[in-house]
Amino acid sequence: MSQVQWLRSENFQRMLWPLMALVGILLFNFFFTPGFFHIEIKDGRFFGSLVDIANRAAPVMLLAIGMTLVFATGGVDLSVGAVMAISGAIAATVIRPDYVKGVLEYGEVQSLFLVLSIPLFFSLLAGLWNGLLVAVIGIQPIIATLILMVAGRGIAQLITQGQIVVFIHEPFQYIGSGFLFGLPFPIILVLLTFTVTYLLTRRTGLGLFIEAIGANSIASRFMGIRERMITLSVYIFSGFCAGLAGLIVCADIKAADANNAGLFLELDAIAAVIIGGTMWGGRFTVFGSIVGTLIIQSLTTTILTRGVAPEVTLVFKAFVIILVALIQSEKFRQLFSNRMAGEKVRTS
Amino acid sequence: MDQNNVLIDIKRVSKAFPGVLALDQVNLCLRGGEVHGLMGENGAGKSTLIKVLTGLYPRDTGEILFEGEPFSLSSPQEAADHGLSTLYQEINLIPALSVAENIYIGREPMRFGRIDWKQINGDASLAIRKLDLDIDVTQPVSSYSVAIQQLVAITRALEISAKVLILDEPTSSLDLAEVAQLFKVIRKLKEDGIGILFVTHFIDQVYEITDRITVLRNGAFIGEYETQKLPRIELIAHMLGKDPETFSLEQTAGKTQQEKTKTGQTLLDVKQLERKGSMMAFDLTINKGEVLGLAGLLGSGRTEIARLLFGIDRSHKGTILLDGEETVISSPRKAISHLFAFCPENRKEEGIIEDLTVRENIILALQARQGIFRPLSGRRQSEIADKYIELLDIKTPSDSQAVKNLSGGNQQKVIIARWLATEPRFLILDEPTRGIDVGAKAEIQKLILGLSEDGLAILFISSELEEVIACCDRIAVLRDRKILSELSGEAIEETNIMQVIASKDVNQ
Repeated sequence: MSQVQWLRSENFQRMLWPLMALVGILLFNFFFTPGFFHIEIKDGRFFGSLVDIANRAAPVMLLAIGMTLVFATGGVDLSVGAVMAISGAIAATVIRPDYVKGVLEYGEVQSLFLVLSIPLFFSLLAGLWNGLLVAVIGIQPIIATLILMVAGRGIAQLITQGQIVVFIHEPFQYIGSGFLFGLPFPIILVLLTFTVTYLLTRRTGLGLFIEAIGANSIASRFMGIRERMITLSVYIFSGFCAGLAGLIVCADIKAADANNAGLFLELDAIAAVIIGGTMWGGRFTVFGSIVGTLIIQSLTTTILTRGVAPEVTLVFKAFVIILVALIQSEKFRQLFSNRMAGEKVRTS
Repeated sequence: MDQNNVLIDIKRVSKAFPGVLALDQVNLCLRGGEVHGLMGENGAGKSTLIKVLTGLYPRDTGEILFEGEPFSLSSPQEAADHGLSTLYQEINLIPALSVAENIYIGREPMRFGRIDWKQINGDASLAIRKLDLDIDVTQPVSSYSVAIQQLVAITRALEISAKVLILDEPTSSLDLAEVAQLFKVIRKLKEDGIGILFVTHFIDQVYEITDRITVLRNGAFIGEYETQKLPRIELIAHMLGKDPETFSLEQTAGKTQQEKTKTGQTLLDVKQLERKGSMMAFDLTINKGEVLGLAGLLGSGRTEIARLLFGIDRSHKGTILLDGEETVISSPRKAISHLFAFCPENRKEEGIIEDLTVRENIILALQARQGIFRPLSGRRQSEIADKYIELLDIKTPSDSQAVKNLSGGNQQKVIIARWLATEPRFLILDEPTRGIDVGAKAEIQKLILGLSEDGLAILFISSELEEVIACCDRIAVLRDRKILSELSGEAIEETNIMQVIASKDVNQ
């Protein structure tokens, strides 16, 4: 494919606008926020606003990766925030099993493997529940996952008995605040998840099947794609991503806060996926969702460093989401310029 | 019947949509106390006529008289005010509400500013009893059978207004007993002087219930006939646009003898396959290297057979022998694993995946069979796609063009290419040439013949008789969800097919 063709290709067109939005925000900071691009190396670790943005965005990026696939099948997973809370609550309880009974002693120090695998197992289970409701029973995704969105936080509260379970567990805390290769460990986790997801969807037939199911599930079934199986797996994967995000948050703050962990993050994830250019039911781009998350996070950081009251950031967020969504709409762009849309070949 | 009691008189009404003349100078005269059949194949203009009549579409030219007065509607609500009620194929009731609520929704009797439930339920049971029906009107509609729901919808229509009732394919989802129940009600309404316009595809039912028939074809008015004086063969000839004069009206029994086909072994042997409510028990053999056609009018069970053989619908009874071995085809996936392929009639909803590219659409079925973890490389994908783009002469600027940008004929070829890429043994083509232009049509027909010469077994479904005759080695003729007869060799002629469809004797 020649360079010109690539510039006109569908994939590039879809990524163009989110990338430009991100560049725009960064440029703004370049001019108006002193030291925004400054990166310091201390003890072989990178520090600076950019690293900070990526690190803070890590949990939502994980959610967005899972959400992207769910979105592509024509669904949505509202329960990811609640699954984060469950996952964190379980992890904390594994570390301090008797804390909720008022016992402050830790008892036996739990192995990192257990602290990680038990919450992730239940996250997978949560995803399986969503998947069964959507793919097998056939409930509307928005309603099916609403169940766990509401009930999940209750389950997390039950696990922690309504308390905030604080703990110390060095190996586990590394997940939230450790460094690897100079980068915060959450960023490494995101890179890993992203790479695995990319390989799994684009180096196998899976990505195409997901897009086919989302764009036309009947036709997909008629050509022998296991549409239920794949839809089910996608929700399970989304649950897994949410569980992982929950572990990061929990390990970072060294506590399980069933009330606030992951609160409203499902909305951020959905916004990131939409900003990133994934269609609801059809084409998806995991990379776009990562860019989308970065847009949201860098915007939040920018607003905060400008000294705007935190309560107002949501309004700015809403404004930017509307703007990016509008820019992505071909019809809207055509209102301004017909040339921007590129040539459209119609043989019909 | 009072000859002068004309309720609705449609005179030379025309209606054009961009690029299509949907109605061309159509007449229709509905009298009080008669059941009037409106017949025609797909695209004849039946639905358009009903929509113009009920005010959903404005008409371009012509006039409509209602009880002798010129009359023009701008919305379906006005139709109800004039005493015109329409029942569409899908029942427009609210499943979760009670029968009584459904009958009076929007017109609830009020008492002291609130709904008078006592009166609603009382009135509803009275109204229901008028149709000789005895059901609990406080139960939700969804708890009753489709036939009862149909009658509830009729009750509602009659309660709103009671002069003209338009029934658009009311029997398409009913079984025989339910149809009988509906017809009893229709006869009763007829005696009450209501004019009933009855749209259906079932020939037997038309002859059972209607007094007169108006036939449309391709938007044109063909004629109005007294049912008793119109032989079935002529009705079918009018619907299909053949000249009835050229048919001898002799019985065809002598001509429909079955010949053993010249070509090879049996691939599929279907025995007494049945699915209740969609297809009566049938036998069918499909040989290698042979094109078997299914001929019949719309709704005669052609697509139903295809769906049964491809595992989309499950059969209730009967067996399928594949290469002599009993095989259960429980899903499309199963069918594909036996190297079956199916191009569905509904190209847009069930065939192409609009947002994906031509290449992806072509390789998807093959990739699905290979499974997730044996992906076709980008190069292999392009090879396959380009091979079939060239072979089938698919007109597209490149294989990375989104399929939605291609014309109908080329989209159809993409679907055929998709299945050829899987190298099938048995190809089911349901209306592969519908809605595509003449040139592409001829190409696809030629392709079908070529494929069968290569040893592929093909089941070919089309509502165009010429096409079936031109392509098929054998033809199974269907009517009203039954296979009536099988024609082969010399016996494959338009006349024969039409006479079989028209024959009264259903027992074979």
